[in-house]
Formats: sequence, C-alpha cells, structure tokens
Amino acid sequence: MKKYIDDFKVIKNERLNYEYVILTLQHPGQMPEMMPGQFVEVRVDNGPNTFLRRPISIHDVDMEANTMKLLVQEIGDGTRLMGQLKEGDNCNLVYPLGNSFSLPEKKRVLLVGGGCGIAPLLYMGRHLVANGIEPQFLLGARTQEGLIAMDAFSELGQLYTTTEDGSHGTKGFVIHHPVMRTQSPEIDQIYTCGPEAMMKVVAKYAKNHGIKCEVSLENHMACGFGACLCCVADTLDGHKCTCTDGPVFDSTYLKW
Amino acid sequence: MVDLKIDLNGLELKNPVMTASGTFGYGEEFMDFFDISRLGGVMVKGTTLEHREGNAYPRMAETPQGMLNAVGLQNKGVHYFAEHIYPRIKDYGTHMFVNVSGSKIEDYIKTAEVVNDLEHIPGIELNISCPNVKEGGMAFGTSCPSAVAVVEAVRKVYKKHLMVKLSPNVTNIAEIGAAVEGAGADSISLINTLLGMAIDAKTRKPILSTITGGLSGPAVKPIALRMVWQVAQAVKVPIVGMGGIMNTTDAIEFMLAGASAIQVGTANFIDPCVTDKIVVGLEQYCQENGFSKVSDLIGAMEV
Repeated sequence: MKKYIDDFKVIKNERLNYEYVILTLQHPGQMPEMMPGQFVEVRVDNGPNTFLRRPISIHDVDMEANTMKLLVQEIGDGTRLMGQLKEGDNCNLVYPLGNSFSLPEKKRVLLVGGGCGIAPLLYMGRHLVANGIEPQFLLGARTQEGLIAMDAFSELGQLYTTTEDGSHGTKGFVIHHPVMRTQSPEIDQIYTCGPEAMMKVVAKYAKNHGIKCEVSLENHMACGFGACLCCVADTLDGHKCTCTDGPVFDSTYLKW
Repeated sequence: MVDLKIDLNGLELKNPVMTASGTFGYGEEFMDFFDISRLGGVMVKGTTLEHREGNAYPRMAETPQGMLNAVGLQNKGVHYFAEHIYPRIKDYGTHMFVNVSGSKIEDYIKTAEVVNDLEHIPGIELNISCPNVKEGGMAFGTSCPSAVAVVEAVRKVYKKHLMVKLSPNVTNIAEIGAAVEGAGADSISLINTLLGMAIDAKTRKPILSTITGGLSGPAVKPIALRMVWQVAQAVKVPIVGMGGIMNTTDAIEFMLAGASAIQVGTANFIDPCVTDKIVVGLEQYCQENGFSKVSDLIGAMEV
C-alpha cells in the first residue's frame, strides 16, 4: 500500500481515564484506505526527551468523515505529549504502515486484547462485521478502569472481559476466561494484540487446539517503514521487521 | 540559477545531499514520499560478504536528541545484493553507493570485488567504523596501521570511487583521516556513530541487547562538526560530513566546516522527505546569500 506523510487535524481528544485518551484525527482531504492491523507513526515535537515518532495502532476509521481514531496510553514522554493535543492542533502522520490482519477462512472468530492492545481490534471487528462475520471479543485489563471502549466493542459482537482484580468480568487473565478454558472451543480463528506474555499464552492455546492465530507485535522501532531495521522479530526465516513484515504475524511463524 | 553540482574527486554529484548508510534502506522504502532521483547520492545499507542476521532485539533506544542503535549490519550478503537488489535499484537516477563492511580484510576485498563489477554503482563507502559488530568493523578504523591496511588492500581491487567512513571513537581523527588518504581513499566520510549505552532504571537492565550501541542524531552534531573541520585541515581529498543533520542549516554548517557533500541519517526516520527539503533549502540559501555555486560554501567558515 502506498505510504503518505500528512498533517491531520485533531478534531477531538476524549480522555477516558487517567492514562488513556482517544484522539480523533481528520485528514485534510480524501483519506486513503487503511486496513485493520496497520499503524501510523505520529510526530511528537517539542519534548525535551522525545525525538522519534511514536508508532500507534489505528483504532478506528471513518472513511466518510475522513477521520481515524488513535487509542493512546500515556506511558512515556511522547504519549503524554500526544495526550495533551487539543482540538485544532496539527498532528503529522506517516501512514498507513505495516501489514494487516487477514480475513478468516471460517466464521467463528475470537479477538483477544489486553491493555492498550485492544486498539487495533476495534477496527478489525468492524471489518469482520462488514464481511458478514460476527466477532467475539475477549478483552482483559488490570482493573475495570483499564477496560475501555466497551460500548464500541459490544456494538459489534459478543463481549467477554477479565480483570486481574475481579472488578469486571472474570477475575484473572484472559486465558482464565471460560471461553478459553473449554477443551473443545468453537473457534476457528484468533486475533490477538496486547502484552507479549499474554499473546504467547493465547498463541499456545490456539496451537494446542489447532486454531489459526494472528498476533500483532508492538516492538520498538525508529522509522516504521523498513529503513532502520531496529524492530525485528525472531521468525522461522530469521529476523523480520515488525513494521513492514508485521506487525501482524501468524503465531506459528514466530520463534516463541 | 544556483549551480548545485559537486565534484567529489572526479565523481560528479548533482547536489551535495546524500543519505547515510543504514538509514535509507535501498531507497525503495522512500519512494512513496519523494522522487529520490533528486538526491546527490544514496548510500545503501551496510553490505558484507556473507548474509548476516544482525543483533538480537532490542536494537534501539531513544535518547535526548538522538538514538542508539545496535542493528549489527543485518543484510543478505553482497552476492544476494548483486543478483536481486542491484537490478532493481541501478536505474534510480542518482548515484547508488554501497557501504561495504567486514570482519576480516579478505572479506572487505571480496565484497569490494563483487561491487566493482556492478556497472551502475559508482563508488563504495568502506565502513571501518561500525561499533555494533563483535569482530572487525570499528576495530579497523580506530588505529592508523589497521585503517591503512584495509584501505590499501581494497584500493588494489576496487577501481572506482573509494570513500572511507571514519569512526569518531578515536583520540585523533585527523591522524586517521590523513592515514586513509595516504592509503588511497578518494574521499572521506565522517562521522559514524559514537559508542554509547542506555540503562532502564526501572528494570536495572541495559536497553540494548548488545548493552552498547551507536549514538546518532542532533546530540552528536557538535562533535561531528568539530571532527569534519579537523579532518578538513589535515587532508586534500573531499570530505562527506554527517552526524545529526536534521535540516538545511545543519547541512550548511557541515559544508562551511569543510565538507564537500553531506549525508543525512537519523533524520530520515522522523521526516522521510527531509533530504528533498535540504536540496531545496541549499539552493535557496545560496540565492539569498549571493553564492552562484553551492561548492563555494565548502570550507567557507570565516574565522
């Protein structure tokens, strides 16, 4: 897919809680097509300790309004600066980057997200619905406060949740949810994004049950488009760039 | 109309703006953003005799006004380059240089021989300064005798433009510059990255898998500028300056310090169009300041 560099306009900065915001960015003209699983590189200027762009998953896309949403977790100086963006500010993006989730061969699909890793699953869910597939979501967080955008997910399909403290849904990690405890799961395909430890467990579960599983990695990167070779993942074919060969990989292709 | 051409010791560049090795892929990665034939030259990724997987992840750390990298020369080897990549990139309309690296002198020689036979590659940049490989690399570039040995050996087999890239991790860079000039370098490029490291205080672990890595970006610019100026005093061959160039003003400063051309590295990651902007900016600066030729800026610092 052709890559672009454009100034988007911040049209909304919605604060969800102490660490999450959703930015709605509008393209100056006709926004090019973007696929679920792809990401953007956000330019973050004016920070004493920020220098590189920040890779952020595409959370949602509205082609009619020429807008995209980014779910931002404020975990460092760059994301905190993004959290301070105001309506009317410019936001320079290099986009759309990376590959995308593939459409499933069969219809029973589970999307498993943890923490900020739920970000690309909303747009993927929308894509699945548009293709006649009803997705199931299993989303996990440390506490109820960390479970975000629940309304948007539940509009698209069945929503299951877990929290580590039991404040919402099943207590524990996503792998402890009944939907992943059954010995004969009625699932043909899993898509997962979140902490690596969570994805590894989900991938192992998928492998044990013969379920196809795509994982979305969040490796640190400098450029986002295959020039710096910093974000490599260890695959059956050696080092592959998370930014161009990924971020979505078949879990069995990774040396986990 | 400003004349942007540069004579790099007999090799004409359409303008002084080049890209630095390992920051511009094979040029293809940037084609969606701008027409790379507008550049004076492109330095393709560090190429070695054999395929290299490079270092383990994590390979980068952001630092104040810069970044550390420890890629470790990941590439598919010079034979793969000659067979599969060269045919795609040879007609890009700008000089495509190949950055050549190795662990042993024989590796440098064999790699240079392969590249020598590639008609559309006008020159190589001999990388005797990579800080991220266990053997060779920087070790060749940090003493005069070893730098001379590798440059002399490659000079015997490589018939086109031989640029030699110096390491800043030395006590006296002017001495190394003079030594590689004496050994047959057609031009000298500097600086490669500065050896640095980063620690995560939360985990109390190094951020890079290799513990140390190469520092680049604006943080290194004053050092790079000083070194370009020092080497310019010590040699007659042209100098290609780099180290933290982010914009036109930075590029001009390197030329004033004595560089005939410049390379842009880390800035490509932040603004993939930056090199194109510098080409435009140099022309504008010359117009506004009454220079009919951009080459008039070389070493034009007024002390």
